[in-house]
Amino acid sequence: MKKVYANATEALDGVITDGMMIAAGGFGLCGIPELLLEAIKDSGAQNLTFASNNAGVDDFGIGILLQTKQVKKMISSYVGENAEFMRQYLSGELELEFNPQGTLAERMRAGGAGIPGFYTKTGVGTVIAEGKEHKDFSGETYILEEGIFADLAIVKAWKADDTGNLIFRKTARNFNVPAATCGKICIAEVEEIVPRGSLDPDAIHLPGIYVHRIIQGEHEKRIEQRTTRKKEEA
Amino acid sequence: MPWDRNQMAARAAQELEDGMYVNLGIGIPTLVANYVGDKDITLQSENGMLGMGPFPFEGEEDPDLINAGKQTITELSRTAYFDSATSFAMIRGGKIAAAVLGAMEVDEEGDLANWMIPGVLVKGMGGAMDLVAGVGRVIVVMDHTNKHGKSKLLKKCTLPLTGKKVVNRIITNLGVLDVVEGGLKIIEIAEGVTEDEIRAATEANIVN
Repeated sequence: MKKVYANATEALDGVITDGMMIAAGGFGLCGIPELLLEAIKDSGAQNLTFASNNAGVDDFGIGILLQTKQVKKMISSYVGENAEFMRQYLSGELELEFNPQGTLAERMRAGGAGIPGFYTKTGVGTVIAEGKEHKDFSGETYILEEGIFADLAIVKAWKADDTGNLIFRKTARNFNVPAATCGKICIAEVEEIVPRGSLDPDAIHLPGIYVHRIIQGEHEKRIEQRTTRKKEEA
Repeated sequence: MPWDRNQMAARAAQELEDGMYVNLGIGIPTLVANYVGDKDITLQSENGMLGMGPFPFEGEEDPDLINAGKQTITELSRTAYFDSATSFAMIRGGKIAAAVLGAMEVDEEGDLANWMIPGVLVKGMGGAMDLVAGVGRVIVVMDHTNKHGKSKLLKKCTLPLTGKKVVNRIITNLGVLDVVEGGLKIIEIAEGVTEDEIRAATEANIVN
């Protein structure tokens, strides 16, 4: 089956619909599926729910879908870098479900692994635990968190082969792996599609079984906090 | 004289032992890395990295290489990368020996509040709740009092909690305190600070 598509718009064709839940990879602006987000904006799909650690910035990442009011709800751990997000949230236009970062990652991983729920100590005794089942194991209290089963996963990788085997680069791997696994359909955008056989099978970060469609494209890869040191300090 | 930011960071660095895997929070905790000396410490960044290096030289920033504060950083010869689920599996699984982090409030039961002030813009807890629930030892580094002069070491936290009964040790500008049965115990006093000054600046019960 052919997995390689010409561009993000074609890869979304027949997949993107109003009201769907999308799991997106990325941490801050690092490793975000920027081309697919742009194409989702162009698709005009409405009332989207995003499970994504962050919400981008005003003019990049998921932020561009907030500008066009295509997002109904965010499931995130940290949304501090986005003024439009705050405006919509405070005015009640946008729903927000805060998840601790590790709980969000594990909810995606669990969903992708067919696990509907798991117990964690994270958030016990905090607002996160309110309304959730509590259970004691060996004298410690845990809360029940549910796996995320997304309609669509969009991720960004460094390299793919045409069967969808993915390799990520440095800390751009982040949420891309768990997000990819929890989608009914996963679309991956990559910097380079390489011929079958040119990736080391022992070095695949995400096997192609999880990846249904692939596109190659140019990435801006914006830096959020540029921090450096001077040569003299070395 | 109370400790300054760097002295607090240097004191926190004394808590770290050779061979530890450690997660440092944003702010003063980040400075702790400057004071570990010859100790073999591996820094974890919860966005998916063990073996975090210093900031890159100008012109060598890599958008694919950032820390949990979204700052550009570098890798070391020991560095390993992994995904977010694996990263929090090692945190939740107790593999990270210690987390050093800042706080708005800590109370005498070890409850910690550092993510939300009601009525003020909410940004989110990030990985803080996972860290305090999962790591071996939670070390808080913060000023003893807030900008209004009110104690940040309370009988009971007033802000929404990040974790309940999670803090082990508190390093402030005035000294070092442990969370023990019945309250906080003074472990060390900054040079030039008196025990009376610490007691006066602490709302939490201090046990001897």
